[in-house]
Amino acid sequence: MTFMVPAVNVADLKETTLLNMGIFALFVAVTMVIVIKASRNNKTAADYYAAGRSFTGPQNGTAIAGDYLSAASFLGITGAIAINGYDGFMYSIGFLVAWLVALLLVAELLRNTGKFTMADVLSFRLKQRPVRIAAAISTLAVCFFYLLAQMAGAGSLISLLLGISDWGGQALVIIVVGALMIMYVLIGGMKGTTWVQIIKAMLLIAGAAVMTFWVLAIYGFNLSDLLGGAVETSGNPNMLNPGLQYGKTETSKLDFMSLGLALVLGTAALPHVLMRFYTVPTAKEARKSVVWSIGLIGLFYVFTLVLGYGAAALVGADTIKAAPGGVNSAAPLLAFHLGGPLLLGFISAVAFATILAVVAGLTITAAASFAHDIYASVIAKGKADPETEVKVARKTVIVIGILAIAGGIFANGQNVAFLVALAFAVAASANLPTIVYSLYWRKFTTQGALWSMYGGLGSAIILIALSPVVSGAKTSMIPGANFAIFPLSNPGIVSIPLAFLLGWLGSILDKKLEDTTKQAEMEVRSLTGVGAEKATDH
Amino acid sequence: MGHEAQETDATAAVDFKEVQSTERFQQLRKRHRSFVFPMAIAFLLWYFAYVLLADYAVEFMSTKVWGNINVGLIMGLLQFVTTFAITGWYVSYSNRKLDPIAAEIRHEIEGHEFDKNGNQISGVKK
Repeated sequence: MTFMVPAVNVADLKETTLLNMGIFALFVAVTMVIVIKASRNNKTAADYYAAGRSFTGPQNGTAIAGDYLSAASFLGITGAIAINGYDGFMYSIGFLVAWLVALLLVAELLRNTGKFTMADVLSFRLKQRPVRIAAAISTLAVCFFYLLAQMAGAGSLISLLLGISDWGGQALVIIVVGALMIMYVLIGGMKGTTWVQIIKAMLLIAGAAVMTFWVLAIYGFNLSDLLGGAVETSGNPNMLNPGLQYGKTETSKLDFMSLGLALVLGTAALPHVLMRFYTVPTAKEARKSVVWSIGLIGLFYVFTLVLGYGAAALVGADTIKAAPGGVNSAAPLLAFHLGGPLLLGFISAVAFATILAVVAGLTITAAASFAHDIYASVIAKGKADPETEVKVARKTVIVIGILAIAGGIFANGQNVAFLVALAFAVAASANLPTIVYSLYWRKFTTQGALWSMYGGLGSAIILIALSPVVSGAKTSMIPGANFAIFPLSNPGIVSIPLAFLLGWLGSILDKKLEDTTKQAEMEVRSLTGVGAEKATDH
Repeated sequence: MGHEAQETDATAAVDFKEVQSTERFQQLRKRHRSFVFPMAIAFLLWYFAYVLLADYAVEFMSTKVWGNINVGLIMGLLQFVTTFAITGWYVSYSNRKLDPIAAEIRHEIEGHEFDKNGNQISGVKK
């Protein structure tokens, strides 16, 4: 079985720059018109943050898939499979199975209890101010890590498409992406952002489907032959077996466990995903949206398996690693190999759109959390009118946009799937224990919530700072220094159990009792949806 | 904020503790938990079993079953299958066992059956 593997000449890519930019500009123009149209009835805070709760389950499900299938999934996972083989597939599985946690334990109850943000739910039956501040801080931290990953993806993509490898050129493009994103969010609010997500999700899934079909067609729709091709090109039969990346030492095996834990527990604690459940009118629609997104996301991850091994077989790991943008360039290079400049242009424009839309979604979440939880509830002590609150949210959008641009310029070049996994670890440690305890454990207290949130957030961030991600290895962010005391690159295996433990310990040691009336109210509301459902069915 | 404001009014007088203690609410709670908890434990165990096998039983996972397709790949794809299956199962369970009770309790609360001052203020706040 021999397959000719024509080399992908990376230098050829430069000639397609104008075409790529043209397709991307078209996407921006079309979505901008939609955003402006969608934003016409943005009047209240519920309109701005929660799109007036007007989306249907399938629409919102597609938007959730759009939020979730970020550059990390598309560029990062395809690249990880192309280079590390089976170990990259692990990301797909963790990212998908994680949705069951969201579906079974969190989505509907959260939809019934809150209004706009995660903090609404967490502070429902506990002391408002401290819990709200803690939840807002962890929301901002998770959004920041996630933003960093997306902006790093933007940098990789640009360097590949324009062949720009100098710092200034890449920085300029990251600034353009950031500025566009700020415009979307300012003009469109949640409604505009949701529509951008829906369009982008459909384009992304369609693009991946075309490429998958194409790759399979080359191998006569025989998955086994495709895998054989990947082994042949890489010259390494272990491409198909677990352990290529993580199987080297006992430490790296533990790192694999840590990654697996963070992936499966992170999703249900991502603030920008949680906020999406508020854009639908009822818990039943929230359930429908999760079902839709599980379907779409699952389908997409099956595609990434084919695309990853396809890139390994047809483009080759060495070409991918050598290309500007490194690991993250596997999917665009595969597109170029298959369909030439036109498919590359389309796929790159979609990948750009993905980054833009996800960044917009993260920004609106962070802005809502700051305006609603910190400004309105803490600084203005609940006396701010909704109009001022929305004004504050808009100003926050600009600040976060600038921070994201700055962060993105520095995080350039890291594998985006890996960076996103860190955001998952932070989310799972800081938020998940408190979400689960406050929904299901009657004796949970304010002290437990604070210990768990600050303990989880703090330990996750400190462990990342002391890990090989930041210093002590060739691929670190600060390669020169070495203060990596913690050997694992993902902190989940330590920080997640610690946060659960702290939540339990803080609660049983708390001498103050919580308001049982509030607990009853939260439980009844969360399970029945009273007060949160639009009065449509009676 | 049209309906948002109404929501607050409609539930302000509700005695949630009374609702919580009703047999029907307890039944709803039990049905919900008796499904989601065991299911969550089951799929997490299956997922971690898979991760552990991929991590520490590389030989086994690398066993070729059909052509180049090995045990690891099949188990990975099975994770997809179980995820879809559990999703479908949960949706059908909720539609049959949870939604009807939840809707009933909700209607009773909205019909002021659990107001703190009894039923006399029924219909005053609208």
